[in-house]
Amino acid sequence: MDNATVTTHPHTHETAVPAEHEHVMLPQHRHHFETQEQQREAGTFGMWLFLLTEIMFFGGLFFAYLLYRNWYNPAFVAASNQLSIPLGAANTAILITSGFFMALGVWAAEVKKKNLLVIFLILTTLFGLAFLGVKYFEYKEKWELHHIPGASFDVSQFINPQAYGLKEKPLAPDMAQKTQVFFFLYFAMTGMHALHMIIGIVLLFWLTWRANRGEFSAGYVAPIENFGLYWHFVDIVWLFLFPLLYLINRHPV
Amino acid sequence: MSEYHDPSNVVNPEHADHHIVTPGVYAIVFATLLIGTAITVAAAYIDLHIFNPIVALAIACTKAVIVILFFMHVKYQSKLVKLTVISGFFTFLVLITMTLTDYMSRAWGLW
Repeated sequence: MDNATVTTHPHTHETAVPAEHEHVMLPQHRHHFETQEQQREAGTFGMWLFLLTEIMFFGGLFFAYLLYRNWYNPAFVAASNQLSIPLGAANTAILITSGFFMALGVWAAEVKKKNLLVIFLILTTLFGLAFLGVKYFEYKEKWELHHIPGASFDVSQFINPQAYGLKEKPLAPDMAQKTQVFFFLYFAMTGMHALHMIIGIVLLFWLTWRANRGEFSAGYVAPIENFGLYWHFVDIVWLFLFPLLYLINRHPV
Repeated sequence: MSEYHDPSNVVNPEHADHHIVTPGVYAIVFATLLIGTAITVAAAYIDLHIFNPIVALAIACTKAVIVILFFMHVKYQSKLVKLTVISGFFTFLVLITMTLTDYMSRAWGLW
């Protein structure tokens, strides 16, 4: 570790003996940081602080879910069974794959492979768009069945499931109305999640364009790394949304 | 300015090396996450009574921890970052438990 004890001028990085100065700063180095490593860690720290606020933000919705699933359990079971497990599971796999490609993109930036980085960012974006596409079909189905909470909400499938060919226990009218609470939380939580995905995809377009210009394959990887943190966080939120919303009670009646 | 100047804190082994996680590790994590998803779906169809939500959440938490440690690199980060992540989850737990105590102690609604 030769550079552990080199005396350097803090502003110009000159050394008394020029040969000792092997430490080169990136163009993006901000001089209130002594080293590139410190700058990178400060950026990661700041990104994690933002993610902590996001955990609390989604946390409120998760608490509401926790409460109402306990209070109106039969309504939540019946409403949850209206969601499609194949679509939900496929979306989970799609998002995990998207995260995998994002992680590979960070690796490509770190080993300075520009073309691989661009390819991985594009793949991340494509799988993110695929996720949103599936969600569109799910939302469309809910619209057609009148399961969007509000004036046009239709409880008849829950009061009389046999008439619709569903193997569910019928709900009393007041409990059937509580299925609106489930769908409200479903749209609020997956909608907020989808909004985060859309913001992420817009950022991905921008980052891919910049990556193609070589901005992240010369040693400066912080934007890719920190965007990766955001993208994986959005993935983790979905990893909890899927079992909580889709898999409440799927054993045979 | 003293002779001994260690701006990147290299003497601290945490900061000496920037660890680059290999694609091989990512591939194993990817496979593990997909297997975890398959297990979650399969377990939902088996009647485990009170353990259904517990199993589902336990698998989801495991997947989240794996994503955080490897995809988000936290396993290879400094203690500062690790502490930040843990404090985030601590605060989340406070959010959940304290709001629960609020509801349970006031006999609102059904509790």
